Amino acid sequence: MHMTKDVGKRRLVLVGNGMAGARLLEELLERGASEQFQVTVFGDEPYGNYNRIMLSHVLAGEDGEESIYLNELGWYADNGIELRSGVRVEDVDLPAREVVDADGGRTPYDVLVIATGSSPHFPPMDGLRREDGSLLPGVSGFRSLDETRAMLEEARSGAHERAVVIGGGLLGLEAAKGLQNHGLDVTVVHSPAHLMNQQLDADAGAVLRRSIEEAGITVVTGARTTGLTACTEKGRVSGVVLKDGRVFEADMVVVTAGIRPNTDVGLRAGLVVERGIVVDDQMLCVDQARTTAGPSAVYALGECAQHRGETYGLVAPLWEQAAVLADVLTGADPDAAYHGSRTSTKLKVAGVDVAAIGQSGPEHPDDEHVVFSDVRRGLYQSVVVRDGRLVGATLLGDTRKTAALQQVFDRGLPLPEQRVELLFDVGATTEGSVEDLADDAQVCNCNGVTKGDICGAVAGGCSSVKGVMDATRAGKGCGSCKDVVGKIVEHAVAAGGGALTEDPSVHWYVPGVPLRKDELVAAVRAQHLTSVSQVFAALAPGGAEDAKSKMGLTSLLRTLWPEEFVDERDARYINDRVHANIQRDGTFSVVPQMKGGVTTPEQLRKIADVAEKYGVGMLKVTGGQRIDMLGVRKEDLPKVWEDLDMPSGYAYGKSMRTVKTCVGTDFCRFGLGDSTALGIAIEERFQGIETPAKLKLGVVGCPRNCAEAYVKDVGVVAIGGGRWEVYVGGAAGASVRKGDLLATVDSPEAVIELTGRFIQFYRTWGNWLERTYDFVPRLSIERVRLVLVEDSDGMCAQLDAEIEAACAAYRDPWKERDAPDAPGRFSAPALPLLPLPVVPRRPMGAPGGTPREQLPVEIVMPNEEAVVSGAMAGAQQ
Amino acid sequence: MTATTTSGTTAGVRVAALAEIPPGEGRAYVVPTGAGEVQVAVFHHRDGRVSAVDAVCPHSGGPLADGQIDSCVVVCPLHLNTWDLRTGASTSGQAPVRVHGVAVDDDGGVRVTPR
Ligand code: SRM
Ligand SMILES: Cc1cc2nc3c(=O)[nH]c(=O)nc-3n(C[C@H](O)[C@H](O)[C@H](O)COP(=O)(O)OP(=O)(O)OC[C@H]3O[C@@H](n4cnc5c(N)ncnc54)[C@H](O)[C@@H]3O)c2cc1C
Ligand code: SF4
Ligand code: FES
Repeated sequence: MHMTKDVGKRRLVLVGNGMAGARLLEELLERGASEQFQVTVFGDEPYGNYNRIMLSHVLAGEDGEESIYLNELGWYADNGIELRSGVRVEDVDLPAREVVDADGGRTPYDVLVIATGSSPHFPPMDGLRREDGSLLPGVSGFRSLDETRAMLEEARSGAHERAVVIGGGLLGLEAAKGLQNHGLDVTVVHSPAHLMNQQLDADAGAVLRRSIEEAGITVVTGARTTGLTACTEKGRVSGVVLKDGRVFEADMVVVTAGIRPNTDVGLRAGLVVERGIVVDDQMLCVDQARTTAGPSAVYALGECAQHRGETYGLVAPLWEQAAVLADVLTGADPDAAYHGSRTSTKLKVAGVDVAAIGQSGPEHPDDEHVVFSDVRRGLYQSVVVRDGRLVGATLLGDTRKTAALQQVFDRGLPLPEQRVELLFDVGATTEGSVEDLADDAQVCNCNGVTKGDICGAVAGGCSSVKGVMDATRAGKGCGSCKDVVGKIVEHAVAAGGGALTEDPSVHWYVPGVPLRKDELVAAVRAQHLTSVSQVFAALAPGGAEDAKSKMGLTSLLRTLWPEEFVDERDARYINDRVHANIQRDGTFSVVPQMKGGVTTPEQLRKIADVAEKYGVGMLKVTGGQRIDMLGVRKEDLPKVWEDLDMPSGYAYGKSMRTVKTCVGTDFCRFGLGDSTALGIAIEERFQGIETPAKLKLGVVGCPRNCAEAYVKDVGVVAIGGGRWEVYVGGAAGASVRKGDLLATVDSPEAVIELTGRFIQFYRTWGNWLERTYDFVPRLSIERVRLVLVEDSDGMCAQLDAEIEAACAAYRDPWKERDAPDAPGRFSAPALPLLPLPVVPRRPMGAPGGTPREQLPVEIVMPNEEAVVSGAMAGAQQ
Repeated sequence: MTATTTSGTTAGVRVAALAEIPPGEGRAYVVPTGAGEVQVAVFHHRDGRVSAVDAVCPHSGGPLADGQIDSCVVVCPLHLNTWDLRTGASTSGQAPVRVHGVAVDDDGGVRVTPR
């Protein structure tokens, strides 16, 4: 008899590929379900599955999209799961046991699981929707990756100033913080009397409000939104109208006024639906018609499900549901039952730690309520005790006690006579608290990880915090439990008699070569490896090249071998191949050097001419005191450089970028030193030097600091009497840090010498992509000063010689215009030839820009010419 | 000459000479098909192999031919998402790219067969 592999397997169809669905798949696989089931998953989002919780971080710009995926598309294939991503299920034909998708396809099942989650609730508001039923542009919910992306793009576009968030619960506050991070002026309008009223009582809400307001967000409570106004010209939202008549202007509106379970599939199928799809303790749905065709085989879990009258809106309960359902479906424990979840949450909301366990305040006259509140420091802690049992706890601002209180709450443990000891270890130390945790105490609520899971991972051989986090996902959600996870790992490793290790890869210079920077440097020197492919062949596992390691290796080899380096262009990132910064439509930006921010009428004329001649999309004065020409086609780069005849400003490289200066003694009435001349001299000397990450300098003529020298990688400040202070490790980008004073020196020459020594020191010891604001504190300013000023390690002479050699090897990369290194370097039609979202074309003189027909020369737009020449390349055969 | 295995193929459309694509880099070409034109990014691996996928990044339209590669993946230059050049599947959770047929003929010409 001929048997195919799948005969005998039951067909399991899962509708909804979100957090609950994906968790179920993992739980099933863990129980060997691939032997029993042939699994098909429908998800209407066109992705693998991702951690929805992390969308807050994505919106805030703290995490990239790429870091939030839980299982990528390949994971499904690897596990024999058929994923129909981007396909929505419309209906279920219960009698036929088939699901019907939006394409009209019918997929038969033996077991069906519905995990469709929830959608944002949009309260009725005038003007919310346009005639076709779509949302007014500028208005968004906050649920999906697509919504988050769209909001992020708008927030970053710089075109919008004000945002209103409707709803001041968890999601609303996260949205507010996220948008504010991008510079928007944010107001939260909340109709209940205090923030996060689902989890907090009024007093705690007031403390939270103060912390949120201190972060610069406006909070309006007790205010219902009744309508939205639109700007007809822009065709998008312009404001929010409150019931009391107040109007708040808004260019963006986020609605986070609650969620509604997605029950439509269940409804159409004829399942019993109340607020959610009703399930029993085994997550089995109740069938309206109670078909006699056999036992119902439809289950539901996650936010779309209603169990014992409850629907949930946080992930912790879903983990429990997924484990129970996996037990039931695979028969691992046919009697497994879900009894509902205690709603307790530990969250990081808009940067504030919040933990809420059980009830938020006293409900009976005899309830004891112990409260500690320190509004100024944003602290609020309370416990509610009834009949000697803990029935509620709220911790705001400081949530270290959560795990301990949770345990007391869950097990009804006896309480200390002094109730305040629940909140503070009066007279005792806080150490040992992780030791006291029970094994089943949940540590990471986002990913449902218990202390037992963590200890299990340690027992299974993980001895590093990163290893345990990768294995269990603990700490990979909102991140509020990382400290506790670290402590438990430390404790478990020690208890097992082992020693805590660090995952070695966190120390590797690049991911593809398992060596720290110092080890790598030693090996490269010893084996005289002068090209990136030689490094891979000699030092990477199996000699395998790794695309993501190439750029870092190129930088390192260049530093180590100023003369002998063998330049392999494929090992350079595109920006370094063509000496310009790639834009989101595949064109490039060109930033010519303008030393110290000083320019001449002649330079400006040339820039103006070039901008007109090549149809530059936008001319912009940069934050680095020079001029950026944005939107230049790759093919035009050599011609643009030729016409400009100015050196590269290196605005694209991991290298020395700019030296900002102020006007100094020549013109300024306060100037104490000629900062302009010194800045120019520094920029000229160190132009183009590659560094582990970008390097930006500043020189100012007095401590008024007009060119922001205190917050530069190297900042120089004239203090009078011919003396200059040299600061290092400053930052005013994604991090803000005042530089540390390295030394005060007596002459411009001494500044240049010390700067060069510092740069070479950083080139030698800095990790790939480690800015000086991390590098200097890592070594400590004291150590840096000892080495570079006192010459404690006797290395100053060598550093000085090395930086001298590097400076001498400088060659303006834009000279390559005359002799490109490879055919097609600039001319090949390497742009995607489709019309792409174009960078905003801004004024060449006036709003709207110069119309094409008025340009002095005929401009062929990128897409046209590329199509023409590309088609010819194709037709050449 | 590189060590590319050739099969005396004459299938597909000749888009370039292999020598025009520096080792380890990619270039984009428009390839006519019965049903119109497709834009294909062709990569010349350092070991001599060639790969071809859609030229336009499914994430946000980035120019994949400008991306960095190794023997397995291409990294889009815009947001550093990655795709397996053999299967077209994204290894960073994006939608897949189409993989096109590509071979080097006896004259060192790169021939693309759009799929
Ligand atoms: C053009 C410019 C903005 C402007 O219009 O003024 C700019 C544009 C970009 N900056 Fe910047 N930065 C510009 C000045 C700054 C400054 C101000 C300064 O240089 O004094 C800072 C703060 C100082 C600093 O570097 O810390 C700055 C901090 C950043 C950061 C945050 C770095 C950090 O570690 O904190 C990034 C992101 C990164 O590097 O990963 C970034 C990244 C970028 C990138 C390269 C984004 C990218 O990866 O493509 C932008 C390129 C736009 C483009 O397509 O050309 N840019 N950027 C400025 C060019 C200056 C120049 O003339 O060279
Ligand atoms: C920004 C944000 C921050 C959050 N922060 C936290 C937090 O800190 N802590 C916490 O505990 N919780 C948090 N949550 C809540 C948490 O994300 C949810 O509880 C969880 O995602 C619910 O899982 P689910 O699988 O039920 O629903 P979802 O994750 O929404 O998954 C449902 C999936 O089904 C798909 N789908 C729906 N209908 C269909 C259909 N007909 N056909 C095919 N597919 C369909 C949907 O597109 C979706 O992909 C947050 C949520 C958001 C949005
Ligand atoms: S130029 Fe700088 S600040 Fe502006 S969007 Fe780009 S990276 Fe952000
Ligand atoms: S456009 Fe390719 S990764 Fe974003």
